[in-house]
Amino acid sequence: MPIRNEKRCHKVSSKTFFWQGNEACVEAAIVAGCRFFAGYPISPANEISEYMAVRLPKVGGIFMQMEDEIASIGAVMGASWCGVKAMTATSGPGFSLMQETIGWGFMTETPCVVVDVQRVGPGTGQATKAAQGDVMQARWGTHGDYSAIVLSPNSVQEMFELTIRAFNLAEKYRTPVMVLTDEIIAHLREQVAIPPLEKIEIINRRKPNAEDKIFFGLENVAPMPSVGEGFNVAVTASTHDEYGVRFTADPKVHRRMLEAINNKIKKNVNEIAEVETHNVDNCKVGIVSFGCTSRAVYEAVEAAEAKRIKTGHVRLKTIWPFPEKQIRLLAESAERIIVPEMNLGQLYYEVKRVACSSEVVPLNRIGGGEMITPEEILAEILKGE
Amino acid sequence: MAETFSSRNYMRDLRLPFCPGCGLYALSDTFLRAVYELGYKDLSNFIFTSGIGCTSWIPSPYFKADSVHTLHGRSIPPATSIKLLKPNFHVVVFGGDGDIVGIGLSHFIHAARRNTDILVIMGNNMVYGMTGGQVAPTTPYKAPTTTTPYGSFEHPLDAAKLAVAAGAAYVARWTTVHINELKESIKKAIQLQGFRFIEVVTQCPTAFGRRVGFKDVGEMLKWFKENSITVKQAEGMREEDSEGKIVVGEFIEMRRPTLVENVYALLKEVQKSG
Repeated sequence: MPIRNEKRCHKVSSKTFFWQGNEACVEAAIVAGCRFFAGYPISPANEISEYMAVRLPKVGGIFMQMEDEIASIGAVMGASWCGVKAMTATSGPGFSLMQETIGWGFMTETPCVVVDVQRVGPGTGQATKAAQGDVMQARWGTHGDYSAIVLSPNSVQEMFELTIRAFNLAEKYRTPVMVLTDEIIAHLREQVAIPPLEKIEIINRRKPNAEDKIFFGLENVAPMPSVGEGFNVAVTASTHDEYGVRFTADPKVHRRMLEAINNKIKKNVNEIAEVETHNVDNCKVGIVSFGCTSRAVYEAVEAAEAKRIKTGHVRLKTIWPFPEKQIRLLAESAERIIVPEMNLGQLYYEVKRVACSSEVVPLNRIGGGEMITPEEILAEILKGE
Repeated sequence: MAETFSSRNYMRDLRLPFCPGCGLYALSDTFLRAVYELGYKDLSNFIFTSGIGCTSWIPSPYFKADSVHTLHGRSIPPATSIKLLKPNFHVVVFGGDGDIVGIGLSHFIHAARRNTDILVIMGNNMVYGMTGGQVAPTTPYKAPTTTTPYGSFEHPLDAAKLAVAAGAAYVARWTTVHINELKESIKKAIQLQGFRFIEVVTQCPTAFGRRVGFKDVGEMLKWFKENSITVKQAEGMREEDSEGKIVVGEFIEMRRPTLVENVYALLKEVQKSG
């Protein structure tokens, strides 16, 4: 069989590239230090696997296409326990299949990155069309009590930046981190300016000292050994104590461990949750948006301000943990808050919970990957006039 | 090497959790004895993964070793990446029949197909023991279980034959009355390359034996002994005559490029071409 020799290989350097979102995601992962990827074909995330298959071997990394999404995320977890930064990418149906293992990752405190390129669902839905319907799945997709970190890029440039950030947060807090993007950002082609590589902050997990015995369940994040280093580490997602030994009968052990793995996220919301804000403390109408939808919001805000309507905007670069503080700030000045999203209302309920003093209005569109237009958002802003 | 063998030298200071009469004591002990006889004085050259079920508990957390205790049926994919990234270690998977050829069957087939360099040891007790004795893909035809109270109306899966068909490098099946053969098989398998699979037919007196009518563990072991035929004997038998028999022995030993060999050859080639 003739083997096509793939020549597409650009070494990332400090210059400007014209990339697709999925391609930026791959290059960012490599800059962040990702050296293992396992995935299973699914639209619209395929380019991530395809670019990874080309790029990883060139930097000494390993790419595996597994037999399904469950095997893919499983292999990612195994790689992470070898001390290697690892990632997978998928879309809604595959993300659903991965949920049990993502829960294993929370419970065992395994750093890894999961990219969900959202498409229309539920079920097979519209495989090649954008949606934003996985907001809650990314937060609550697996069973039990946990705190998830979910990032949401709104440009190709930000796909690059937030993928690196996802790895950094995963390593710092020893937890799976989700990059919740969508078909629009994933397939969009835009300029990406790469800063000098030495200026990009790269965080690596804390490693144990030779005498360390505690590898789990610390609020300030326990050091993480790798297998094969002589620590005799027992890794299990059954309830375990700080030493990793299974303790499924003791309610106190479970409470203590779960408190620690939740608090390590909850107590650091200010550091983890990034938002972009515009005019939040002096507006009549507010908008809370994320991902591709926020691109239309910029234009709508500009048009509204041209009509002398004071409009505030909070754009979530981190959806979870939910940046309550900034939403509260917006609610203090905005009488109405509009939440446009390409689903039937998910983030809307979260905004409503926090911004209870304002009137919170959903603006939804589903199907066909059609975006909510600036005109529609402007019309919603003007309704209050 | 320690002067005399003691499984305690390889285990954490914990008590194994199995029921009285369980075959997994013998499996755990036989594995460690094989390791000892190969000259390993500890398990520092080994990395274990396992799923959920009684057999999966053998390494996690009882072995004094690195062990990754994964989800039900999902021990093989992490073993795959661990072997790829730590190629100098023996990666051994412990799992039950429900774990390996029930819920995790597709990973098992694909690992054999890839000739993934791992040793999978499957304790086959013919039932879902930990959850109370429900019918398994390995339950004998017509055997009563808690979810087949009138007898199983399904045919069992032959995991060893399946592994051979899928491309495994080494496949053997023994029972808990074939302890010496099992030990020698484990020693051999640890030293071979590629995907190696050893099925160990083991007694579960609690969730299987008493329901199908065995008086005690001794009777179950007697059944294993009297009902076992060798691979060679089975070859000369008609399908219907060998049904219900336990075919023991080595099914295949084959050398072909392994996953680790293939992946690292590719890495070298790609990096050379720049």
